[in-house]
Amino acid sequence: MSGTSYDVIIIGSGPGGYVTAIRAAQLGLKTAIVEREHLGGICLNWGCIPTKALLRSAEILDHANHAKSYGLKLEGKMTADVKDVVARSRGVSARLNGGVAFLMKKNKIDVIWGEAKLTKPGEIVVSKSSKPVVEPQNPVPKGVKGEGTYTARNIIVATGARPRALPGIEPDGKLIWTYFEAMKPDVMPKSLVVMGSGAIGIEFASFYRSMGAEVTVVEVMSQVMPVEDAEISALARKQLEKRGLKILTEAKVTKVEKGANSITAHVETKDGKVQTITADRLISAVGVHGNIEGLGLEALGVKTDRGCIAIDGYGRTNVPGIHAIGDVAGPPMLAHKAEHEGVVCIEKIAGLPNVHAMDKAKIPGCTYCNPQVASVGLTEAKAKEQGRDIRVGRYSFSANGKAIALGEDQGMIKTIFDKKTGELIGAHMVGTEVTELIQGFVVAMNLETTEEELMHTIFPHPTLSEMMKESVLDAYGKVLNA
Amino acid sequence: MPIKILMPALSPTMEEGNLAKWLVKEGDSVSSGDVIAEIETDKATMEVEAVDEGKIGKILVAEGSEGVKVNEVIALLLEEGEDASALEGAGSGAGGDNGGSKPSAPAPEKSAPDAAAKSEAAPAPAADAAPAKAPPAPAAADGGRIFASPLARRLASQNSLDLAAIGGSGPHGRIVKRDIDEALAAGTGKASAAPAAEAPKAAASAPALAKGPSSEQVLKLFEDGSYELVPHDGMRKTIAKRLTESKQTIPHFYVSVDCELDALLALRAQLNDAAPKDKDGKPAYKLSVNDMTIKALALALRDVPDANVSWTDEAMVKHKHSDVGVAVSIPGGLITPIVRSAEMKPLSVISNEMKDMGKRAKERKLKPEEYQGGTTAVSNMGMMGVKDFAAVVNPPHATILAVGAGEKRPVVKDDALAIATVMTVTLSTDHRAVDGALGAELLAAFRGYIENPMSMLV
Repeated sequence: MSGTSYDVIIIGSGPGGYVTAIRAAQLGLKTAIVEREHLGGICLNWGCIPTKALLRSAEILDHANHAKSYGLKLEGKMTADVKDVVARSRGVSARLNGGVAFLMKKNKIDVIWGEAKLTKPGEIVVSKSSKPVVEPQNPVPKGVKGEGTYTARNIIVATGARPRALPGIEPDGKLIWTYFEAMKPDVMPKSLVVMGSGAIGIEFASFYRSMGAEVTVVEVMSQVMPVEDAEISALARKQLEKRGLKILTEAKVTKVEKGANSITAHVETKDGKVQTITADRLISAVGVHGNIEGLGLEALGVKTDRGCIAIDGYGRTNVPGIHAIGDVAGPPMLAHKAEHEGVVCIEKIAGLPNVHAMDKAKIPGCTYCNPQVASVGLTEAKAKEQGRDIRVGRYSFSANGKAIALGEDQGMIKTIFDKKTGELIGAHMVGTEVTELIQGFVVAMNLETTEEELMHTIFPHPTLSEMMKESVLDAYGKVLNA
Repeated sequence: MPIKILMPALSPTMEEGNLAKWLVKEGDSVSSGDVIAEIETDKATMEVEAVDEGKIGKILVAEGSEGVKVNEVIALLLEEGEDASALEGAGSGAGGDNGGSKPSAPAPEKSAPDAAAKSEAAPAPAADAAPAKAPPAPAAADGGRIFASPLARRLASQNSLDLAAIGGSGPHGRIVKRDIDEALAAGTGKASAAPAAEAPKAAASAPALAKGPSSEQVLKLFEDGSYELVPHDGMRKTIAKRLTESKQTIPHFYVSVDCELDALLALRAQLNDAAPKDKDGKPAYKLSVNDMTIKALALALRDVPDANVSWTDEAMVKHKHSDVGVAVSIPGGLITPIVRSAEMKPLSVISNEMKDMGKRAKERKLKPEEYQGGTTAVSNMGMMGVKDFAAVVNPPHATILAVGAGEKRPVVKDDALAIATVMTVTLSTDHRAVDGALGAELLAAFRGYIENPMSMLV
């Protein structure tokens, strides 16, 4: 570990940044990565991963509460211990956080600890991090480099995003939470208002509902999970409401009054009526925006667009040598999008032949509420909006043997094909474990199969995946078990 | 013997590569060390140098060919004093296949990187000049596998693109949707008008528009008095002129299918039995198989409107109705009265019109408007026991359907032999207007009606 000059420096070690660093190292580039807080970024410390751990606890609790319907008897009542549920989630994060440190070392990537600022093209200055390490995350890894000036022919900004705040309803960490506080409650709130029903909002709503809280979700758009297919969203909503969630759509939190240990939210609905909801806590989940500040981007003339760095298909900004990937480079703000964007970016930098820009129509999205939602490609409405002539297939969980055996017979798989070419342009799912199913369609889309190859693919019986084939068959009027 | 130039290996592990570019053409003289071609793999592009001197006799693998196997003969080099006739019989198969001669692939152990890039030419052993096969066509054209995604294949066929003419940008040069989109945007990769299947085989001598032998040339082949001369009438002259013109100007393409007739025959019997009779006991109609064929073709053209067209140099004429000409054989020739808008007419009307026009055709009493124009034609020789034949497109039609006899034939049903009444039909298309796949689509629709004849009634 010597010298301060690199082929590439990556700012931010989230899923985009650290994967890009590994790929850079594989390509023989001398690589450094700058991190100010926690290796692995939000995703594995405060996002994707710890929420999955929380939701797993919720799922087991849900199952236990339905043990009777499986012929099982539970003596006494299963209850959640909030401290242990949170501790498990933090433990999962800590393990992966340590894993990233190991990967950096294994790939001989220098980790520079601190806040990075671009001073001129090809140069950054790293100052002392203002962010403390939050326990029980691992402490600052040993052997990291510290403050100083570092140079690299290519700099990749991968600083991610942070929660957006609505004026007047700014999170205070006590009564008004972001995902950060919602991830580690000291006590379970008995009631909760969740503002925003995107993936983050709806997952916390689902988690806290399973934990027994009265939850009200307030969404401005006309459906929950607004990016999802309307039909899928409606089915998910029905299920969520069946679980006791209250959902208000086309509704807006206009004001929040804080009490000693509660909030009162004023919610205005479409018809102009205002209702007040008093609850223990409010979770603000109204989106995220890019971490573009304090990096020196303005001084260097790096163009931004709606709070994110503007890039081309290969992560290049308007300033040569400065690149951006992941959340900070614009939506969709998903870990797997960041990873792929990073790989494309670094392979282009390394001059590999045959590098192609990411196709945003083939990025899957998964939401882990109960029921789960997963999708890839165009929704039915979007496809129609684009003037495409389409065929739509649907298949319900209620006709699938495995789903019935699991006692999870609510849900649907919907497929959308271009009528003329047979191209699979969208797939949408709601129901148990669909987040593990969607990838089948993502592979199919990337291999550019048409309906024919999908129909000739053998799906194992009995599985939930059989519904994928039936949905395809349904689009062509050949559904078998319906 | 010409010297074989082989596909070189750029690395010890290379098995195949793309012949990106020829820098010489047939007839060029080259000397040892001249760069003659560029070879590429997914990793690198390298130059191929000539090892011997001579004249490029024949290029066997076209530039742009993908997946050319290492040691495949890519060109033949004529040595001093050899002429093109020496090419006969040379250059088939892979260089490594010839008898006991050791293929001269660059040996990995001795190959400095740049030596490996050179083409090593194996002198062809004199004794085993392989049987004179046609030289290997570019991998793409001779059925060699083209890697393309299923979607790319479908898009290419829907847009009449030739995958062999499109470069692939996917993994390992696979052709993907992106490449098709780019080809469409750039207007490249169009399928050449004439796939191998369609052209008449007798292309050996005459150029396309050669005149036939003169009258004198023909007559002097026969003894005086062994024949009599019957001067042509107008109809014969018209037939000769129009069909010659058709064959010389229209690129014909032929598609055949077999249709099972049993359901149609049963329905026909049923319909004819049910025909109302007048007071003399004469039925109001008596449907023939030909009437039903006319209707089926008319409906098929309605279903596949892209095939209901006429060619003009400026534009495609897309017809809104199926006007079906029916070839009627009459003494001294034939004429094709037309059933207009046949897709809209009930079978009984078609049948009665055909009876009327057929009768008047034989009397040569058809009015010009009854036989001029039309959007397609049917020629039925089934009643003469003809099994199958191909008809000549009669412009302005873009298609003509040649109908053979319905005959009992063994067919395979549910993996067992069975007997069915089968009729073979051959569609001739003007390939400028109706491509092969479209012709096939039209025939599929036609067969659908013939084999499910009830659908013609609704």
